[in-house]
Amino acid sequence: MERHFDQELADLKENLLRMAAFTEQSLAQALKALVQRDDALAKKVDADDAVLDKLEIEIDDRCVKLLALRQPTATDLRFITMAMRLSGELERIGDQAVNIAHRAEELNREPLLKPLVDIPRMADHAQGMIHNSLDAFVYAKPNLAREVIKRDEKVDLLNRQLHRELTSFMIEDPHTITRCLNLMSVAHNLERIADHATNIAEDIVYLYEGRDIRHQNELMTP
Amino acid sequence: MNASVAVTQPRREGAALKTKDSQSLPLTRLATPGGKETTPRGTPVSEVAFEVDNLSCWFGQHQAVQDLSLQIPARAVTAIIGPSGCGKSTFLRSLNRMHELVRGSRLSGQIRLFGENIYGPRIDPTLIRRRVGMVFQKSNPFPTMSIRENVTVGLRLNGVRNRVALEERMERALRMAALWEEVKDHLDRPGTSLSGGQQQRLCIARALAVQPDVLLMDEPASALDPIATTKIEELIQELKKDYTIVIVTHNMQQAARCSDYTAFFYMGRLIECDKTDKVFTNPSNKQTEDYVSGRFG
Repeated sequence: MERHFDQELADLKENLLRMAAFTEQSLAQALKALVQRDDALAKKVDADDAVLDKLEIEIDDRCVKLLALRQPTATDLRFITMAMRLSGELERIGDQAVNIAHRAEELNREPLLKPLVDIPRMADHAQGMIHNSLDAFVYAKPNLAREVIKRDEKVDLLNRQLHRELTSFMIEDPHTITRCLNLMSVAHNLERIADHATNIAEDIVYLYEGRDIRHQNELMTP
Repeated sequence: MNASVAVTQPRREGAALKTKDSQSLPLTRLATPGGKETTPRGTPVSEVAFEVDNLSCWFGQHQAVQDLSLQIPARAVTAIIGPSGCGKSTFLRSLNRMHELVRGSRLSGQIRLFGENIYGPRIDPTLIRRRVGMVFQKSNPFPTMSIRENVTVGLRLNGVRNRVALEERMERALRMAALWEEVKDHLDRPGTSLSGGQQQRLCIARALAVQPDVLLMDEPASALDPIATTKIEELIQELKKDYTIVIVTHNMQQAARCSDYTAFFYMGRLIECDKTDKVFTNPSNKQTEDYVSGRFG
């Protein structure tokens, strides 16, 4: 039996995916602004953040109304509570994209310290993790979400590696400190983005399996 | 009366049900001298109140309940949900031997209450109905009786004559049913003079007065307004400390609010029985999922 409620849930899902697509786009633009030293693009990312903030409020408001008016159960309930968390994670990723854009603008004021190697690698992982966790959502694939969670380790590793490298740069030449700190901040933001992607993936497993796998490694196997 | 009690309740210790002694029976559960907990009637408490094995119920050719096995935990609320005609009321009525009162009905399988087969050959059905009280969808106070008489009628039929004891038991039953404060000043008014919600609580008090072990409720709040419904639901939460409660309801949110366990019936069969929070957040069965989320039924 098709319910009116199903249409409302479909609308909610559509809104979430619109927000997700916008988030992915903002992050991609922030990274492009960094790699291509494009100030104008960095400014656009900053300005676009308001759209994500607005979408977050809209989605949460819709969820609260559905909870109050429809008293959802089972999958419907898990979907709505997950949607509220997902909108928060996406909004945070958007904020981190803005942070990266700000660091890019700072970095653009000085010559390039060195060709970027580890940061694009981290960015690939972080973007891939977001993309796959959203695919896991769209195609109902909790195991794909589990793969995302495993990938978080690689980003952490790259972040630590970059920290060591940039520390040695700063020790060698104090003139590089400002640039190194900005790059460290970019890496830190990417590491946080990967954490948000992990949170989304955990929510997706909960949505489709009803199992809360957060902070429990033994539940990583389906 | 005493003789039939002794015969049909062979496992009951201390002849706690003897009518003369029953006046002094406490309404709340007790620890016996041996330290063993008992139900309000003095039955030793185990974890499971009802054990139902392979129960089938028929009305003539129509089989309403099909090979159903289920355990109902003691001192908890178990909700039975399912679409109309799924056998939930029939199941409920088989738990206190009311199913057999319908002409042409029959039943197979076994139901044990605290370990005792309630369909055993030497069991007196009226005694089972005393141990397993029932509250119906439509409140049904005896129309010619006062509030007081409605509550004490069961005791008087059981031979309790002592006026002081009757008054005491009536007050306790009305207090347990959360009705005392509203009726204490006009106990001689007709039971039917009360509001719908009060009448339903009066029926609960009447059921509690004879100190049953179990309270069966068949849609107890479906004819009541939201405030009266809330009162009944609050009362259920209070009563489960001492009683085993089985409630049949069409209202899914009511099952979610007031039960500890939920059993989903469909077409005479048990589809799923689990803790209520599990059934409403993450049911194991697709049919249960579709029913609790309103996709069918």
